[in-house]
Amino acid sequence: MGSLTRSEEMRFCQLIVEKDAAFNIVAEIGKQPYVQFKDLNPNVNSFQRTFVKDIRRFDEMERKLRFLEGQIQKDEINIPGKIEASGEYNILPTSELNQLESTLVDLEKDVINMNGSDSQLKSNYNDLLEWDAVLDKTDEFFQGGVDDQAQEELENIEDDAGELVPRGTNKGPVNYIVGIIQRERLSGFERVLWRACHHTAYVRSSDIEQPLEDANGEKVHKSVFIVFLKGDRMRSIVEKVSDGFKAKLFKNCPKTFKERQSARNDVRARIQDLQTVLGQTREHRFRVLQAAANNQNQWIKQVRMIKSVYHMLNLFTFDGIGRFFVGECWIPLKHVEAVRQAIEIGAEKSGSSVKPVLNILETSVTPPTYNETNKFTAVFQGIVDSYGIATYRELNPAPYTIISFPFLFSCMFGDLGHGVIMFMAGLWFVLREKNLIARNIKDEIFTMFFGGRYIILLMGLFSIYAGFIYNDLFAKSFNIFGTSWRNPYNMSEIEGWISGTAEGKEMLVELAPEKSYQHSMGPYPYGVDPIWNIAENKLNFLNSMKMKLSVILGITQMTFGVILSFFNFRHNHSKIDIFTVFIPQMLFMFSIFVYLCVQIILKWLFFWTVEETIFGQVYPGSHCAPSLLIGLINMFMMKDRSPGFVVGTEKENGVWKEVDGCYLSQWYPGQGSIEMVLVIIAVLCIPIMLFGKPIAFILEQKKKAKESQGNVSVRANVVSDNSEIIINGGSKKEEHKEEHGGDHHGESFGDVMVHQSIHTIEYVLGCVSHTASYLRLWALSLAHAQLSEVLWHMVFVTGGLGVSGTLGFIAVFVVFFIFFVLTISILVLMEGLSAFLHALRLHWVEFQSKFYLGLGYPFVPFSFKTALQDVE
Amino acid sequence: MGIVIPLVSVSAFWAIIGFGGPWLVPKGPNRGIVQLMIVMTAVCCWMFWIMVYLHQLNPLIGPQINVKTIRWISQQWGNSKDVVSN
Repeated sequence: MGSLTRSEEMRFCQLIVEKDAAFNIVAEIGKQPYVQFKDLNPNVNSFQRTFVKDIRRFDEMERKLRFLEGQIQKDEINIPGKIEASGEYNILPTSELNQLESTLVDLEKDVINMNGSDSQLKSNYNDLLEWDAVLDKTDEFFQGGVDDQAQEELENIEDDAGELVPRGTNKGPVNYIVGIIQRERLSGFERVLWRACHHTAYVRSSDIEQPLEDANGEKVHKSVFIVFLKGDRMRSIVEKVSDGFKAKLFKNCPKTFKERQSARNDVRARIQDLQTVLGQTREHRFRVLQAAANNQNQWIKQVRMIKSVYHMLNLFTFDGIGRFFVGECWIPLKHVEAVRQAIEIGAEKSGSSVKPVLNILETSVTPPTYNETNKFTAVFQGIVDSYGIATYRELNPAPYTIISFPFLFSCMFGDLGHGVIMFMAGLWFVLREKNLIARNIKDEIFTMFFGGRYIILLMGLFSIYAGFIYNDLFAKSFNIFGTSWRNPYNMSEIEGWISGTAEGKEMLVELAPEKSYQHSMGPYPYGVDPIWNIAENKLNFLNSMKMKLSVILGITQMTFGVILSFFNFRHNHSKIDIFTVFIPQMLFMFSIFVYLCVQIILKWLFFWTVEETIFGQVYPGSHCAPSLLIGLINMFMMKDRSPGFVVGTEKENGVWKEVDGCYLSQWYPGQGSIEMVLVIIAVLCIPIMLFGKPIAFILEQKKKAKESQGNVSVRANVVSDNSEIIINGGSKKEEHKEEHGGDHHGESFGDVMVHQSIHTIEYVLGCVSHTASYLRLWALSLAHAQLSEVLWHMVFVTGGLGVSGTLGFIAVFVVFFIFFVLTISILVLMEGLSAFLHALRLHWVEFQSKFYLGLGYPFVPFSFKTALQDVE
Repeated sequence: MGIVIPLVSVSAFWAIIGFGGPWLVPKGPNRGIVQLMIVMTAVCCWMFWIMVYLHQLNPLIGPQINVKTIRWISQQWGNSKDVVSN
């Protein structure tokens, strides 16, 4: 893995090969992701490209393979292995490919034939089953004496409604028709038949217990019905109704019992035969598909690889003569040798006598950006790339993001318990990596979380540290080292207060720092003192702390960003940028914001609650502690402030006479003048940033004009009857300028001026607004801590621990479940996502706007691995 | 515990990790990245700690606590050196 500091150096290469060897060469290249081919036929339609026929051929093969896959899956045969299983990407030689093609053609024909005959056999089988059922039921009917009943009924009807029955009916034996109909349609059928035959049809039906398969292979329940009727007209009516209800009539049903029996035996024998035949065909089909399934993945892999090679080959073009095949590509510098070897191996494989050539060309086109990552750094590079791909050879923010992103996340998420949960989740993903990748799970949300497993791991780890510092474990604190606060009141006084408090009310007392805080003991050694967890005004203290923390962290990260821009300018050898952009930016940042940070630190170190002399001035107490925010505003407004907190040099009546608004006074001697100087420096930096580069641009143009003036001469060109202006000695100067100032080409003064003013405004305003934006570190950590506390108090304490006795036992058990579910869903998942998003924003906008351009395009090399993955 | 002891020991701890850690990284393609990670971790963690530490060095406000809890504090954690009678 190369260094992630900058993107890799790329070379634009030309590959000249013999057309016959081209396939093997590209196949060899595809084994490693080193080469990105340029499309040399951009105007050619995809249907007119050189290798269209080959692609079509393999498309056809792929279609056959997909058809086979469908058939295999229909029969629920397991396809062993995965397409991507081995890291090998060898393409089979042509002879074997031709064999594969013919095999596939045969297989496809086979399977289609088998399917056809199978369905034929099945329908025969079903018919036989129906026939058997009909015979069976008819037996039942007649055994039940249904024919006599029917005869009776019909004669009765005739007698009752004499005129309705047409004269021509014979009073002969009753005829019957047998048929099969779907069970659902039976009652409708009976009713219609009843009406259609003028109430002279006698219908009986019996359900078939076993469901039969109909034409589509679905199981349906059918019933056998028997209709007794008289006369041909009835018969035709019955036939028509049956047609309408899609009932099947069996006209050849034998009338005598004996005939039916023999028919039944016959049918049974035929059913047996058919079953055997069906079984055998199914076995044969199974065997064929099983054999195909074993090779399925192999074949598909081959076909897809070959297709990808041909798509790449379509990007090549022929040179002038038409003998050699030329391709142009981008290759990372450090892989050029490997690619050379690969193409030589490829040429050898195809037995070509001509050695392929790989030339490195000079080009003015900006190369693609390529950052070589491993599975750990890939996710951080991905985060940076989502905002914008780095410009070629620009400083890459990704390696810094590896630590700064989880760190900023943890500032917002800081809770030991939640950090542990997140860490364990990340750990599970990482330890079971191989297993989870092998399972090839397609679910998008899972893929998102799994792809970010290393970042989740790091975020959890840093959150554990942040939780330790904030002393917050599910809204509780540890007391490992011993608190530095003690009780300053004697017991009788405290007892007095307690007895004096009304029932149900609370009395709060503030522990004054000068009495209660053990100054010589020093603060709690690691993290926030646990006394604040039980204090009612803990938010006052924590807010102040977290705000200062956020501001200092923010200014640190922004300054770091500006310093990184210096490295970019140095890499581009752009002195102008260093002097007119970097140095004013640093001065502006230092004179205002780093000064603010220094003030914060000094206030921390020197100002307490006891009366002292600080920096030679008398400081009466904490009510005079300097207000930094208003102080900053006053600095800009250059307001007059009194030099010191007290008036006079002696106490009056034992007390100092303080200045009005002593927290606004100057708190170190000379503060007024120092701050004025700083503001002037900052203000002066702005025009330098604004006009520095445009002025330099104008000066350069003037210099260029002056130089070329001396070298211009006019010559008469006799041949073309023209006059030419020749600039002598100009070429060398052009090259020289190329190195530093490459982006001045084609830019006018207006462009430079506008660009520079936008940049300046963005920087100056950005400094202020981004510093405030970092306060989200405070805001989110406050929200998280409060949510956590609410959950603890409302859910656990009130619901669980507040109930006593056996009921309390059960209550805690149930309430813990609710507490834990809410912890995971709201505090870990939702807050985690929120903090992730805000940390991302801080990186993308506040940090990267100080140095990152992000105007590049990515390097997309050709490799079998990605080609196979894309299709999946 | 004093002010100096935690200050010096913790800073020394992170300094050892931040300055000494990079030397211990084995040679390999990822050496640069791992060194950067170690240094940045040391810097970030130390900064986080020292800012919280300095903020509590000279607290300007004190905790407001329920008097019953103050009684408990007196019993559990002890009384201050100069007990005041208001």
